[in-house]
Amino acid sequence: MEQLYIDLENYLGIGTDSVPEVVRLAIAVLVLGTIFLLAPILTIWVERKVAARFQNRIGPNRTGPYGLLQSFADVLKLIGKEQIMPAHADRIPFLFAPLLMVVSVIMITAVIPLMPNYIGADLSIGALYFVAIGSLSTIAVVMAGWGSNNKYALLGAFRTVAQLISYEIPLVFSLLVPVLFAGTMSMVGITQAQADLDYWYIFLAPASFLIFLFSNLAEIGRTPFDLLEAESELVAGYQIEYSAMPWGMFMLSEFLHAFLIGPLVAVLFLGGWDGPFAEDVPVLGVVYLVIKSMAVYFLGMWMRATLPRFRIDQLMEFNWKFLVPLSIANLLIASFLWELFPEPAGGGLVDNFPRFIVMGGSSLFTLMVGLEFLRRKSVEDRERIARLIDEKNYPLATADQTGVAGD
Amino acid sequence: MELNQWAFVGVFFVLAWAFPLAPIVLNRLVAPSRPNKIKTDIYECGVETVGDAWGQMKVQYYLYAIIFLVFDIEMVFLFPWAVAYGAIGMSAYLAGAVFILLLLEGLLYAWRKGALEWT
Amino acid sequence: MELTWELVAFLGFAVMTLGSGLMVVTSSNLFHSVLFLMTSLFGVAGLFVLLVAPFLAAIQVLVYIGAIAVLMLFVIMLTRQVMSRPELYNQQMAGALVAAAILFLALLFVLTPLADEIGGDVAQVNAEVIAEADDAPDVDYITVEELGRAFVTRNGFVLPFEVTSILLTAAMIGAIVVAREDEA
Repeated sequence: MEQLYIDLENYLGIGTDSVPEVVRLAIAVLVLGTIFLLAPILTIWVERKVAARFQNRIGPNRTGPYGLLQSFADVLKLIGKEQIMPAHADRIPFLFAPLLMVVSVIMITAVIPLMPNYIGADLSIGALYFVAIGSLSTIAVVMAGWGSNNKYALLGAFRTVAQLISYEIPLVFSLLVPVLFAGTMSMVGITQAQADLDYWYIFLAPASFLIFLFSNLAEIGRTPFDLLEAESELVAGYQIEYSAMPWGMFMLSEFLHAFLIGPLVAVLFLGGWDGPFAEDVPVLGVVYLVIKSMAVYFLGMWMRATLPRFRIDQLMEFNWKFLVPLSIANLLIASFLWELFPEPAGGGLVDNFPRFIVMGGSSLFTLMVGLEFLRRKSVEDRERIARLIDEKNYPLATADQTGVAGD
Repeated sequence: MELNQWAFVGVFFVLAWAFPLAPIVLNRLVAPSRPNKIKTDIYECGVETVGDAWGQMKVQYYLYAIIFLVFDIEMVFLFPWAVAYGAIGMSAYLAGAVFILLLLEGLLYAWRKGALEWT
Repeated sequence: MELTWELVAFLGFAVMTLGSGLMVVTSSNLFHSVLFLMTSLFGVAGLFVLLVAPFLAAIQVLVYIGAIAVLMLFVIMLTRQVMSRPELYNQQMAGALVAAAILFLALLFVLTPLADEIGGDVAQVNAEVIAEADDAPDVDYITVEELGRAFVTRNGFVLPFEVTSILLTAAMIGAIVVAREDEA
């Protein structure tokens, strides 16, 4: 954000050194944080509208033009609600959890390059930073579940943690691929490397892109990965005892995190702010980043509106027996081919065409092989269950199907 | 310099708490607060609560956590490997591949032993 | 001593680390102990950042808070009576105090000459960094790339690197064997 306040001070016509460093940092932090915290107000509206269209509804349309003020109405309502503290709760973790949840998500925004020279903090370990900070949300979930002293909440929290830590593995393995291509963990460096190449890493490693996207969707716990709040089994998971604004903060962090997947995926695989003329007109960079982010966000909404929820055992098997081996295989293949086909001297699209075909093709091939295994396995499973139902003359809901057994 | 960048993160970490705290405090000030025994009771679908929730969980969670821990430590080694990768060449690939395949063996063992099943 | 922001941050993280470390051992609630342990580890991560070792700081948060502390949470939830309040103090108070004092003295003996040896240089470098904040001298920090290179070159640490992998695999297999036996 160095550039922001230098620009700002030039614009306002005050000397660069007239404001103490800490104040400048604080202003930059508040600007960045506020922008990203207000984004969900808009994206919640977008999401409700899009989900409504998927389900052949109209969505919010009463508050303001096109229902645009719906989120503001919701916020006002939440402010007027009573905060209820369960009588036997463990008070400090209970109160602390929503705060930590939001902090763990909002801190991610520090390493997202918004446009050339505009970034909160260009850390040399940026890619690792957002994974590490994101892992703090695990703690927030456990604190919420434990603090509530509610059996559903605790069970939900532990399931959530098991899910979060499991899906972190394919996430990091697929994250290693762009880091390896760029030779740096800095988010600015990864964007710059793609801008210099004139094409994006998604063409070289489409499988990594998809694995990264899926495991991120699982990390935020939205459908089809929303077991943490599986209403039919756990009522609302770890959030059950929360009301009013503390609950709102959990919602906020979920929507913010969902929105942040967009910029993260865009920076790592879609070139970030890279696009025509972005280096000359930096403002275009933000526009490109927002367009790419919303495209990724739309993929998430699409999945959310289309797919039913996983069962807990399916969720775990999908991760450990599909995504983890696939992401490891993908890393091994991508790094091997990167070594085998070094970048041609010319660079550019035409010279790199064979490289695209080989690297992108083998990445997709790996994915296809994995999916074929997955398909066979699931057909086998369904046939097995069907046989079981036939043989034992079970009523429809076996323990195997409801997924509640065994907790 | 790196440390200057971290100063931003440090200030961010201090100020970030204000973002969630402000609406919660505002909510506290504006909203009514009239707790009663029924309202502050634990909600377990209307069934009266028996005992604390803080009971024993099953061993499966521990298994997932330990496998995750092993992979997490693997990441510690793989990130520097990935960063240095482009500059070294095939020997880096071999070293990394052996490292990863050895761990894959552990995953296969867990798979075979049924440690990955959610039972 | 001049009050720079680095000093303020150092003091903050030091208090965070030591204070929550103390709470870990004095809290009678196991769950709270783990939470304080996480805070303490987070303070250590902050200290790593101040030492310009950001990679270690990220690892500290990722592995120690994100994985090991979570593992501890799962483990305490495996115990039958999580909420039982164990007796915090036993009869060996005096012995423990003596042992602590000896350890502290030993640490002091080891660290003092080291601090004299390194401390002078660091103070000097810091003074230079502060003096020429804009064009700071290239302090010789080990980068992540050098670390990675050391892992895979033959005259570096390629053998320990692979042995680590074997060790990790062995740890995983061992944990599975133990947990399965426990279940049966």
